[in-house]
Amino acid sequence: MLARDHFHRAVCETPFHPRTAALNQLNLWHRWRDHTVADAYFDVGMEYNAIRNSCAVFDLSPMTKHLVTGPDALAFMNRLVTRDVAKLKPLRVGYAVWCDEGGQVIDDGTIFHLRDGVYRLCSQERQLDWLHSSALGFEVRIVEETNDIAGLAVQGPTSCAVLRSFGLAGIETLTPFGLRSYPFAGGTLEVSRTGYTGDLGYELWIAPEHALRLWDELFLAGANHGIRAIGTLALEMSRIEAGFIQAGVDFLPADRAVRVDRTRSPFELDLGRLVDFSKPNFTGRRALLEEHRRGSRYRLVRLDVAGNKPARDAYVYDQRRTNIGVVTSSMWSPAAKASIALASVMMPWGAPGEELTAEIYYQKELKWNRFMARCRVVEGPFFDPPRRRATPPADR
Amino acid sequence: MKYDAIVIGAGHNGLCNAAFLARAGLKVLVLESNPYVGGAAVSRELHPHWIYSNCSYVCGLLRPEIYRTLELARHGLQIVPYGGGVTFTRDGDILGGYLDKDIRRRELARHSPRDADAYLRYGRDTMRQCRLIRALLLRTPPDPSSLRWRDIRELIHIGKEFARLGEQGICDTMRFYTLSIADYLNEYFESDVVKANFAGSGIIGTALGVQSPGTAYVLLHHYMGDVDGQMGAWGFARGGMGAVSNALAAAVQAHGGEIKVDAPAARILTRGGRARGVALANGDEYYADTVVSNVDPKRTFLKLMEPRDLEPEFLARARNFKIRGSSGKLNIALDGLPDFPALGAGNPLISGDMHFLDSLERYERAYDDWKSGTWSKDPYLDLLMPSATDPTMTPPGKHMMSVFVQYVPVKVQGRDWTDADREAFKQTVFDQIARYSPNFRSLVLHAEVRTPRELEAEVGLTEGNIFQGELTFDQLFFNRPFPGFAQYRAPVRGLYMCGSATHPGGGVMAAPGANAAREILRDLRRGSSVPEGWSDD
Repeated sequence: MLARDHFHRAVCETPFHPRTAALNQLNLWHRWRDHTVADAYFDVGMEYNAIRNSCAVFDLSPMTKHLVTGPDALAFMNRLVTRDVAKLKPLRVGYAVWCDEGGQVIDDGTIFHLRDGVYRLCSQERQLDWLHSSALGFEVRIVEETNDIAGLAVQGPTSCAVLRSFGLAGIETLTPFGLRSYPFAGGTLEVSRTGYTGDLGYELWIAPEHALRLWDELFLAGANHGIRAIGTLALEMSRIEAGFIQAGVDFLPADRAVRVDRTRSPFELDLGRLVDFSKPNFTGRRALLEEHRRGSRYRLVRLDVAGNKPARDAYVYDQRRTNIGVVTSSMWSPAAKASIALASVMMPWGAPGEELTAEIYYQKELKWNRFMARCRVVEGPFFDPPRRRATPPADR
Repeated sequence: MKYDAIVIGAGHNGLCNAAFLARAGLKVLVLESNPYVGGAAVSRELHPHWIYSNCSYVCGLLRPEIYRTLELARHGLQIVPYGGGVTFTRDGDILGGYLDKDIRRRELARHSPRDADAYLRYGRDTMRQCRLIRALLLRTPPDPSSLRWRDIRELIHIGKEFARLGEQGICDTMRFYTLSIADYLNEYFESDVVKANFAGSGIIGTALGVQSPGTAYVLLHHYMGDVDGQMGAWGFARGGMGAVSNALAAAVQAHGGEIKVDAPAARILTRGGRARGVALANGDEYYADTVVSNVDPKRTFLKLMEPRDLEPEFLARARNFKIRGSSGKLNIALDGLPDFPALGAGNPLISGDMHFLDSLERYERAYDDWKSGTWSKDPYLDLLMPSATDPTMTPPGKHMMSVFVQYVPVKVQGRDWTDADREAFKQTVFDQIARYSPNFRSLVLHAEVRTPRELEAEVGLTEGNIFQGELTFDQLFFNRPFPGFAQYRAPVRGLYMCGSATHPGGGVMAAPGANAAREILRDLRRGSSVPEGWSDD
């Protein structure tokens, strides 16, 4: 149990804090769970370009992690999430969502099949209550291990070369969503080919006591490959370009929603591919089957917005100027060289190729302007470099 | 074999022009004399595993509207901004142009507290001029002597934009276009090194000195671009400047256009006063009713055409068009990152642009050398190491140095360049670098040295002028390249110009190519495939 005087500190530091603090020229921090992490270190634009041009390192230690073990671990996981976990082989990672019984998304995350029947669930939100509630009748052990594992995302076109010169022999053969262990400092370094950037990239998982050594050796190995620490603001840019959604931004976690009509189902988040009705039972199955039959209320769309203004919080209209939805994430994309947006629109609008309009308000030197921007519904990521899937990836 | 349009020269403007014509449904052929596309926007492996952007070397002016419409990102183009710039002083100090605004302000204040504050006024006034000109980049200049409704309407449009500046603003603008960069900077700054730091942009590629009227505009020409909305920013094309041309070429091909390399045009074919095709040096002929020249007007009208097909006055204009070579370029392969002790350890400006003239006096003396027929003995260098930003340029840990040199004459003391001259020129530049980087010389693995002689022979830029013609007021806007011919049409029907010698000029903007395509499609009564410019407001 935590000591009683924990109240002296509102936020904790991650295991990498001595290094991230030393690099944070801007002294810009924000809270992620109860940890403090860097918004940016020196220049958001330059940090973003490390993701797309060389090698970016992001401290993701505060990511919520749960370890699921026990004879029923697979059965439990399959009950929890909408996809078929039986198809997730050992040393593979899978993206998943889980729902309440109404088929509304509680959270999204990644399942690491660490070894036969042992899973780690990484998520945005803390899930212990929901996981235990869902574990009734299953012989499983669920432990939150967020603070027991420090994590670094190593992303970008030179990330494979960096990890090779760091000493991870054969890392170039690791396929996307693969997982591999390497001995490090007498312990184990787990490496997954995963990330939140839509680029070539890896995530490194290590016991906190070895975190600083990992950081130092990694940065030494990356010195000639353009390695750079990046903050959340740069990461956020890359995740929108990749078309990834974020809990609390693009959807409201169902277990947090006071207003019940504000939540979304997997279908309504364009995650229908993660729903496997061939599984006999999972939480939300009945409601999702019903939705599948009757049709969804909403659709998450990716919009290519005309002009150069980000469609921040813009209302979305159809051709007849009916308000059909709202933009949830938006930006000027340096990689796609386009104004891009994720939006939630009402069905039946938002079919691929449909022309919509975004109502953009922006300010130039204290004067507000309104721009009704033409948008086109596009499919897939806004930026999707072949290196993301290449095995072995190129060195740069 | 007949095409709808033939473009001579696969430089970035020729490719951009062809891409928009093909996008509008035309059957397009691009003819390139070199075995590779790109003209002066190329990536060349001239030392094994080292990629050189051996002509143009940074990208900031490329119009984002073109970038987006032609889907150059999807065709592989990625622009990576680089980190700031620095002027080294002779007494061992620096003036750093850091990316962070507060660090930059404090750095200016180290040299002059007043100048640090004046920088804001300078920035505002320069941005006012930028805003005015940016709105004109993707528009065809009106003919002020014409009574056609289209020209009158465009003149009214420009007049309105102008009027919005207010009386004082109009006066400032008129002055700005005729000021020297030295006079302009003197109105804001007191420190000589601060002035020297900003003066370089006023003379790059231009055969004028910092005291010469018209150089304030040249500075503007280098400030009016942006990278992802960051006005005045510059970046590297990932993979070198050839990435710009390759993406444009991919856009041409994606729209069904054809590109032939190793196909030097020898003659523009005409019949009955109109263009009908192009004959290659090997005698092959290709036919089209529309011929577009991306090469400069001197080559187009004085070399590729029969003089008798053109009016004598027009030929005189082509002869008088000012293309004065004044620049050189060194591309250097380095075995490691050179030390620049004045920067101090961990300085991000190692990946910025570096300059070594710390006073306006030294700039003017550098110009004096050019006027007396030799290269500057204390030259202005725009030195960058793209490999410090872009990992694709060299093997890890190795580096590539791009050194732009101002001033370099077209002829040395009135005679042609010799290899010995070129070697002496190289040593002058090496000396300048080594003065600030003691281990530079020991790291050199290979160096390509390009004087105007090589730029003309290898790239086809007359006199090696990087802008295809001086960016002076007499050759800008509706005077570019000549009065009466600023709307991309040559005096021969069906013949057009699309190179940097046309509005809005050079600098890997691709706007001339796009603007020419719009005019061609207009003549062909096709819908325009060229985007309108985005507003800065």
